[in-house]
Amino acid sequence: MKTNRLILSLQLIFTLAVCAFMVLPVIMSALAGITVNYFIGLESGLTLRWIVEVWEGYGDTIFRSIGISLACLALTLVLGVPAAYVLARHQNRITRVFEEMLMLPVAVPGLATALALISVFGGMGGFRTSWLFILVGHVLFTLPFMVRAVLSVLLALDLRTLEEGAKSLGASFLQRFFHVILPNCRDGILAGALMVLTLSIGEFNLTWLLHTPHTKTLPVGLADAYASMRLEVGSAYTLIFFLMIVPLLLAMQALARPRRRKFIADDEPAHDLVLLKS
Amino acid sequence: MTLPASKPIAIQLKNCAKTFPDGTRVLDALDLEIVPGETLVLLGPSGCGKTTTLRLIAGLEQPDQGGQVLFDGQDVTQLGIEKRNVGMVFQSYALFPNMTVAENVGYGLRIQKMPADRQRQRVAEMLSMMRLTPLANRHIDQLSGGQRQRVALARALAVRPRALLLDEPLTALDAQLRDALRMEINLLLRQLGITAIYVTHDQAEAMALGDRVVVMSQGKIAQIGSPRDIYHQPRNAFVADFIGTMNRVAGTMTPAGLVCEAGRLRVDMASLKAGEILFRPEDVQVVEGDLEPDLTGTIAASFFLGDRTRLLVDIGQQRPLVVERFARCSLQVGQRIGMTVNPSGLLAV
Repeated sequence: MKTNRLILSLQLIFTLAVCAFMVLPVIMSALAGITVNYFIGLESGLTLRWIVEVWEGYGDTIFRSIGISLACLALTLVLGVPAAYVLARHQNRITRVFEEMLMLPVAVPGLATALALISVFGGMGGFRTSWLFILVGHVLFTLPFMVRAVLSVLLALDLRTLEEGAKSLGASFLQRFFHVILPNCRDGILAGALMVLTLSIGEFNLTWLLHTPHTKTLPVGLADAYASMRLEVGSAYTLIFFLMIVPLLLAMQALARPRRRKFIADDEPAHDLVLLKS
Repeated sequence: MTLPASKPIAIQLKNCAKTFPDGTRVLDALDLEIVPGETLVLLGPSGCGKTTTLRLIAGLEQPDQGGQVLFDGQDVTQLGIEKRNVGMVFQSYALFPNMTVAENVGYGLRIQKMPADRQRQRVAEMLSMMRLTPLANRHIDQLSGGQRQRVALARALAVRPRALLLDEPLTALDAQLRDALRMEINLLLRQLGITAIYVTHDQAEAMALGDRVVVMSQGKIAQIGSPRDIYHQPRNAFVADFIGTMNRVAGTMTPAGLVCEAGRLRVDMASLKAGEILFRPEDVQVVEGDLEPDLTGTIAASFFLGDRTRLLVDIGQQRPLVVERFARCSLQVGQRIGMTVNPSGLLAV
């Protein structure tokens, strides 16, 4: 009995230690963002000054990041959902190769993808210096996450029979797509959408190479702040990033939770069946 | 109950063959005529082409070059299912999980852009006809198999289709429910008077539902006829063996009949080419008293089935005879018995 309790306490201590190891830097960093002077410590007092400073110096990066992530979401929806549908409807060698190729930008280091984009499109001045250039990189990187999420839901449905059912009732292709297919892969679309938003807002590797001084995004700005400003400013910046990303992560968790238990009716016993009356 | 307003149609398949893209020929060129208002059952083992035939009629498949599908004489071969106005019930029901029962039933009407109040009225009508009214707002995943089946039927019938096509609609259900729903569907089809094509591999279902039954085997029609014809006058060995239980006795033809080790069957020689006679278990009587038997044999096995006892009787042939006794049966395994066979039940295929 005694050894049991000892083991249990040790396990608890270990777990708490690991948690502390991971959570402490987060807390410290958040605190640093609202401390008057981090090198003196909390006794120097709390302030919102650094947050205001970030807002004034880097406000545009926050809005640019939100804008790019929303545009990226829109593009991945328009490109990814139909792509997932085609992949689900035609499972063969060609579509499997295509699926693998879609995954490539995730496997290849962002650096390489970015260099490839620059070497091909770098000469197109207007495009190279606009935020659209970053958007292209983000879409390349996030598209497979949308496709995968939707595809897994579609493959779990008996898509062909569902479509034939709708067809037999007179539905055209577009009607089938919007009335039956889209609503039934809603969960996949939602999960994919949150994934795309989160990845796009936090993307650094690609963006670091693709940005120009006028197209900084939040993570790029953050690196910039840590490199060239007071530690408190960088920390305040991180705090803002947290505030943006945590709700997204929570929403993702909520969606990943097992679905509510379905109420399933028993079949009525045969003797209860009343024959049809005219 | 309001019946579908459209007049039942005749359906004709002319020279319809089907080869899949990989080269497999699933259906040999076949001709089939379906009379307005009849229930035609396509019956056969899996892979016999029955579902393909149904899909050709539905418009979910196109026949090979030269094949034609006619609805009331009008060529619909080139029309997809969405243009044919047929109601279809799928084996897996194909109900839309994102919609309620009422929305599923009303989907065809919504596609037809029927005014909302008439849609509601028609859906209510269909729900009450299929006894689904209390379930109207349930989602599909909250229904039992039998309920889903009824929703699928209601959905297919709501649009007043020109014909109703059913692809093994009862296969996914358990035996008891299947019996009850079979009766229900039968009654429904009679009341609606709609042209219906029903695919099944279950011969009891085919017998109970079909005005006519098409027995199919390996992409060909083996026989078309009323359930009675198919059962009592099988035209070939496949049909004889596929439908019900059939006894076979081989022997030598003599003027007195077919003679074998176990005795003699009195048959008219003219009707017989091969030296083999077929008959059903129910045409065999176990002889009691002094009556002279046609065949004698030894009981090899006995199975008590509740309402009857099934005996396997060894008569020195390849396969034992199957004999059924409905009375309380005190016969023992190993006992020798005499049997007579009802002469009108004797078949030569």
